Amino acid sequence: MLVLAGLVCGFVFGWGLLISGMMQPAKVLAFLDVFGAWDPSLLVVMATALAIGSAGYALARPRTPMFAARNLWPDKTTIDAPLVIGATLFGAGWGLSGLCPGPAIENLATLSPRLIVFVIAMAFGMALHDAWQRWRVAAAPLAASADG
Amino acid sequence: MANFTPLSAAIGGALIGLAAALLMLTTGRIAGISGIFGGVIGWNVPDRDWRIAFIVGLILAPLTGTLVGYSLVEPQMPASWAVIIIAGLLVGFGTRLGGGCTSGHGICGVARLSPRSLVATVIFVGVAMIVVGVIRHGLGG
Repeated sequence: MLVLAGLVCGFVFGWGLLISGMMQPAKVLAFLDVFGAWDPSLLVVMATALAIGSAGYALARPRTPMFAARNLWPDKTTIDAPLVIGATLFGAGWGLSGLCPGPAIENLATLSPRLIVFVIAMAFGMALHDAWQRWRVAAAPLAASADG
Repeated sequence: MANFTPLSAAIGGALIGLAAALLMLTTGRIAGISGIFGGVIGWNVPDRDWRIAFIVGLILAPLTGTLVGYSLVEPQMPASWAVIIIAGLLVGFGTRLGGGCTSGHGICGVARLSPRSLVATVIFVGVAMIVVGVIRHGLGG
């Protein structure tokens, strides 16, 4: 059931990106281009996603999930250097390409060679980070968990 | 604002919010794509199956979209292969180091009013706007 829920949620998420136009890097870059012909569409996407998302989370918070033992809310609260540096590096890559992980992976459906190379580089960047973290944890035990 | 598409943006955004809410209500998980994908390609991840299923659902969406009139448009990518690879590395490494991306921090984190996610979202949107501004309009903005 966990797998079915994952499939359905990924599918609905993908349709959201498709309908909103956010699969298209050009559309995302038009939002990021505040000094040019600015397209605020992404702001509207965020607004309705946040409205529905926060209502759903309010509903979920006091409940036990249907197919799992408990809700796994992220437990980190400190604003630390990895958060700031990570968000900065991600922002630079997002600005260079107009692609964040969701639309990048969804665009694999187009079989675009340039996009496939981007996703491979992205996966390599993730693996590089995780390998570095494992090395660090091995050197000095330190709990690490992600937000999402 | 010639290309502003508020209606499709509102409908699409609502579906993204619905997907995040449904994932929490059914699996108790945060719908952060970088975290989900990181778990698919990572080592020793215990709950890999639902993550793979989520990614499959994500890729199936535009394929089913072609059945109802959406066309599979090849994404506009940077002309330079070097820029594509550098951008991919930055997005991959940065989202893992920062613990999330546009979905995990920007939607799920902000939806639960996490100060970490609010800070991360302001930073990555701000940096991306600066990068686009410099590329398209030069250092002077």
